[in-house]
Amino acid sequence: MLYVVIVYLWAAILLYLLLGGADFGAGIIELFTSPANKKSTRKTMYRAIGPVWEANHMWLIITIVILFVGFPAIYSTMSLYLHIPLVIMLLGIIARGTAFTFRHYDAVVDDMQEIYNKIFVYSSFVTPLFLGIIAGSTVSGQIDTQASTFLSAYIQPWFNWFCIAVGFFTVAICGFLAAVYLIGEAGSEADRRMFIRKARQMNIAAVICGGIVFVIAYAQGIPLIRWTFGNPLGLAAIIAATLSLVLLWYLLNKGKTKILRILAGFQVTMILFAATVDHFPNIVVLKNGEYLSLLEHSGHEKAISVLALALLLGSIFILPALFYLIYSFQKKSSASGSGIA
Amino acid sequence: MDDFIAARSQMALSLGFHIIFSCIGMVMPFFMAVAHYYWLKTNDHVYLNITKAWSKGVAIFFATGAVSGTVLSFELGLLWPTFMKHAGPIFGMPFSLEGTAFFIEAIALGFFLYGWNRFNRWFHWVTGVVVGVSGLLSGILVVAANGWMNSPSGFDYINGQYLNIDPIKAMFNDAWFSQALHMCLAAFAATGFAVAGIHALMILKGRNVAFHSYAFKIAAVFGGIAAILQPLSGDISAKDIAGRQPAKLAAMEAHYHTSKSAPLIIGGIPDDEAKEVKYAVKIPGMLSFLATGDLNGEVKGLDSIPAEDRPPVAITHFAFQIMVGCGMLMLTIALFYFFAIWKKKEWLRKRWLLSLFVLATPLGFIAVEAGWTVTEVGRQPWIIQGIMRTADAVTPMPGIVYSFYMFTGVYISLSLVVIFLLYRQIRMVDKLYDVPPYSPQTKD
Ligand code: HDD
Ligand code: HEM
Ligand code: HEM
Repeated sequence: MLYVVIVYLWAAILLYLLLGGADFGAGIIELFTSPANKKSTRKTMYRAIGPVWEANHMWLIITIVILFVGFPAIYSTMSLYLHIPLVIMLLGIIARGTAFTFRHYDAVVDDMQEIYNKIFVYSSFVTPLFLGIIAGSTVSGQIDTQASTFLSAYIQPWFNWFCIAVGFFTVAICGFLAAVYLIGEAGSEADRRMFIRKARQMNIAAVICGGIVFVIAYAQGIPLIRWTFGNPLGLAAIIAATLSLVLLWYLLNKGKTKILRILAGFQVTMILFAATVDHFPNIVVLKNGEYLSLLEHSGHEKAISVLALALLLGSIFILPALFYLIYSFQKKSSASGSGIA
Repeated sequence: MDDFIAARSQMALSLGFHIIFSCIGMVMPFFMAVAHYYWLKTNDHVYLNITKAWSKGVAIFFATGAVSGTVLSFELGLLWPTFMKHAGPIFGMPFSLEGTAFFIEAIALGFFLYGWNRFNRWFHWVTGVVVGVSGLLSGILVVAANGWMNSPSGFDYINGQYLNIDPIKAMFNDAWFSQALHMCLAAFAATGFAVAGIHALMILKGRNVAFHSYAFKIAAVFGGIAAILQPLSGDISAKDIAGRQPAKLAAMEAHYHTSKSAPLIIGGIPDDEAKEVKYAVKIPGMLSFLATGDLNGEVKGLDSIPAEDRPPVAITHFAFQIMVGCGMLMLTIALFYFFAIWKKKEWLRKRWLLSLFVLATPLGFIAVEAGWTVTEVGRQPWIIQGIMRTADAVTPMPGIVYSFYMFTGVYISLSLVVIFLLYRQIRMVDKLYDVPPYSPQTKD
């Protein structure tokens, strides 16, 4: 039963990265789009993510619930030492979610729209940045349960170059996912070309940030390289991601949007896999060299099995409905060509 | 302000904010479903317009409810890590089921909001109902988690250890039913009165009278029925508390001395030093009757509780009075309204009846906030009744005060924006929906 819960936890994180990430990325793309193109980006984006927007967001909540029910020690350690980046991420989530809805549902269209837009794009950038910082800090080995000063307990675990590099890497990945996704949703040839260009730029940014992550990890003695390249599974995943990258670049101009999406999703999946497989089941590395482990720091047996049942039961209800939602809007919007009014 | 008070205030603020949006999110889909149903049955375009106007409001509230809820699920750990470490696995069951309910709600909302003219009309209608049912279910589940904090069960607490955990027993704790029932009714009463009040105001101003009258009626009937049932369910809650949390009951009633045939105290100012309530109206034997069902029953007073386990009396007492006061006012208005429907149809067009509803707009939400204050402050100093103290659960991180100020700023600005949007939404009713017969201008 414990493994069922772990699989769900991993899947929820992955889906949040893929779907929520594409969702953040749309805002990031808007941030880096010239004013002339902003409007059409926005329209394409709304048509593409509007209907599934609320659902994307749910994966984060599922992740949190799995953590506090199944792995309370891990949840409370992270909540304690990463309080500050978590709060900043939360502020980003609040700002983004409300601005997105407000700008669509405001009955009057006037200068307020500009304010919603600004809030939306900046928070779309800040939220994944801090998500990445938080993810980075779990493996950077800076969380110190014996810390005695404010600085060493609540700041150093996340405010370091490694975490910040992981943060920018995450931002670039989100932008890349969104650009690839939006290629297929573009309303005109010009838009399509613009998204292809963005996908390239974001991909280059991701590769550069990824490189920086490794360099800093090496400099700071974080055994990231040994982890990813030392494990055959991790190495295979990295190779698969690189190969798919080559294929993706080749196909970018060919207009095969479905394959592009699958490749981009596959790449990100492989990256997450490589980043987690070697140090599984240890998901948080502490400063004293100890680990918080999914296997050793799980909650009580009974709680885990009830949680697993609840997750399985939930999936029976949720997955068919979710697929039907995505399916019907894809079908209908390509049939009518106009999407959401 | 010290960090402990700041953490408590931040929790209270976030929950007090979230509850408004979640009440509306639970109830509005049902109002919409009724309007939608009438549109499908009668083909009267006013009903279609109401459904669409309301669904925009719901989208705004849903997003705000969802983000404030997300914040809460983090805040539990950010502010109370020690509590979550022990309580998470025990009372997590309702939260994991709630995840499912939220998810279904979000999916159904996607179908509903974006599904106009795309699906079979009745399938589309059903998705709206599913939004409501799953919203209500989420509400019930979270309240069951809160019930566990009031009435912990499903584990054995031995030498500071939490053993033999049974999450299902924990979910069906002694408090869940009375609290969930009372909460659901409260959501209907509060949202019903708030929506009815706004539409009544617009009728009084003579704007879009047909639109606002139909809308008013739907909201007033729902809110009215709930307001009539509310005191009955409140009585069940009070009897429940008398058994499981005598300290809370004593604080609610400012009942200092254990006594038989205890009086019900209305109003007044509790004086902790003198252990009496000044300037209050006392109804002899009534408290005993409410708590035990017998005019001569014994009710435990604060004196039977060790000093370090007593909740703050004044806040709990005032909050309880406010809730019951609002409840009585709403009950009276609801009775007038149903009497008018039943016997005095001409009253329904009278300004005074509509004005009463306008005045009652905020009452339900005031009662909701007051009621939660009773529940939460009345449980102090415990975070888990009798097991863990709130002071032992709080995060050791210093500087929570600043986080409290920041969240206060965020929530105040969000509230202002939502009010601003709603105001614009209502102002646009003329332009968007008052073009009979229905014309394609109406966007969805
Ligand atoms: C529209 C809102 C509303 C109205 C009119 C009332 N209440 Fe209430 N009350 C609530 C909204 C509420 C609430 C906010 O929903 C609470 C907080 C916790 C809960 O379960 O419901 C609550 C709690 C609550 C509790 C504490 C429950 C607990 O701690 O477990 C009691 C004893 C009562 N109520 C009793 C009453 C009585 C006797 C009322 C008579 C008119 C009344 N309430 C009207
Ligand atoms: C939405 C309605 C709710 C409101 C308005 C509310 C209000 C409050 C208030 C006023 C406090 C501070 C009490 C004090 O410190 O004196 C508090 C504390 C708290 N509440 Fe609630 N509450 C609500 C529902 C819930 C629910 C559903 C849960 C959990 C499932 C919950 C969990 C907590 C926790 C963990 C604390 C901090 C510990 C404590 O002070 O006891 N609350 N809440
Ligand atoms: C008595 C207190 C509460 C009630 C009645 C309540 C009810 C609800 C409802 C009905 C929704 C759906 C939002 C909507 O339709 O607008 C919602 C959203 C949410 N609530 Fe609460 N809630 C309460 C307290 C809490 C607490 C204590 C937490 C966290 C631990 C929480 C977490 C959430 C989350 C994460 C969402 C967002 C779900 C989404 O995206 O749809 N709620 N709540």
